[in-house]
Amino acid sequence: MKRRISLLTALLLMTGCGIQPWVKPYERQHLAEPIMRFDRDPIAGAYTKHVYQSRESARGAEGGAGVGCGCN
Amino acid sequence: MAVTELRSGHCLLAAVAALMHVAVSTQAATLPEERADAMYHRYDGGGVTVDGPSLLVRKNFKETLSVSGNYYVDNISSASIDVIASGASKYTEERTEYSLAGDYLYGKSLFSAGVTYSDESDYQAATYSLGVSQDFFGDLTTLSFGYSLGQDEVSQNGNNEFEEDIDRHSFRIGLNQVITPKLVLAANYELITDEGYLNNPYRSYRFLSDPLDPSAGYQFSREVYPQTRTSDAASLQFRYRLPWQAAVGGQYRFFTDDWGIDAHTTQVSYTHVLYQHWTVDVLYRWYSQGQADFYQDLFLFPSQDEKDYRARDKEMSEFSNQTLSLYVSYERPLSWRYAYKAGITLQYDRISFDYDNFTDLTVAETLPGDEPLYAFDADVYKLLFTLWY
Repeated sequence: MKRRISLLTALLLMTGCGIQPWVKPYERQHLAEPIMRFDRDPIAGAYTKHVYQSRESARGAEGGAGVGCGCN
Repeated sequence: MAVTELRSGHCLLAAVAALMHVAVSTQAATLPEERADAMYHRYDGGGVTVDGPSLLVRKNFKETLSVSGNYYVDNISSASIDVIASGASKYTEERTEYSLAGDYLYGKSLFSAGVTYSDESDYQAATYSLGVSQDFFGDLTTLSFGYSLGQDEVSQNGNNEFEEDIDRHSFRIGLNQVITPKLVLAANYELITDEGYLNNPYRSYRFLSDPLDPSAGYQFSREVYPQTRTSDAASLQFRYRLPWQAAVGGQYRFFTDDWGIDAHTTQVSYTHVLYQHWTVDVLYRWYSQGQADFYQDLFLFPSQDEKDYRARDKEMSEFSNQTLSLYVSYERPLSWRYAYKAGITLQYDRISFDYDNFTDLTVAETLPGDEPLYAFDADVYKLLFTLWY
């Protein structure tokens, strides 16, 4: 059983190392557009979060500004 | 009691906001864009008006270092239901916040650090934040970690003997993932712990003068809160590029804490580009929370000791709110040596609050407990000027 788990782990690691980007750089023009950002205007977004945090008990994990699209 | 009910609560929440605001830049292993923003903001609802400026300047150096500074002011004028119901008079106050943050890009790693200081007559808050993010798998995946420390000092206007502290720790982990050329997902988790004086030194709960006879009326007494609070929040969000110049987005967040509060937040948005230079956003947001274990609109008895918690803060009650938002932006290229693009944005949010077990005590001539439930609407405006350089 241990051997099977070791083999499976090794297989996963090998295939994991071989993962190729499935979205090619030339396919990322839409991801680079401002309308695809979660938060286009940082201070307006921060203020909006502040408005809610001041009047609600929930806090945290609001989501961030960036998108890891590798557009640059 | 010439002043405030909301005052310290406002500051405490502002400190929490600052703690999380510093964390925002830890999401992707690219430097943020260079831009300067000047914003006027205004909140008007429930007898409270808050307005003021916010200025942000960001400058990058040698494509590896980015530095930003933010100056923010809240001018508060409050005659909220808490103030009126307690018999206090309308008050005005100013809160000023300064932030300085830096990001250092090294390969596919982005290291971030920031400090925020918030100052008000009866509340000072300092927040220190660190973060790191790393791109993987051909830059399709960004993993980020962050930690913030908040140190607050709580005082009370008119009472020089009163001085308390709060320590706050925040731990964050985030994952941004490109799924297809038109779809991105982000998942975030955040743990926040507070320790110290967590209630509002101005706010009171109410209890029946005679638990067997409501017609005898009620009395007020200072709220009694736990000294610690730990909360967990997890969210999932996406954005999808439509076949035309538009995108849709969605977000869901679940929140829970050891005070017994569970909350759900859902938001959907549609963004449309018009005539190349104009962008219009329409958003709808729905929020719902349950009450804290120690919240009641009307207690039968007063607190017996410091472990017999009592709260009548409407933010601790069971309630929901809905927001409808309309944002309009206009951007134009510039042929100016100091900037290549300029933009102006107007954002409007209409928020409707409905409380399920917080009553309106300003209604006279009713038996305690028979008052109508409280509800109010708020208007939020943001006018933003931006230069990109």
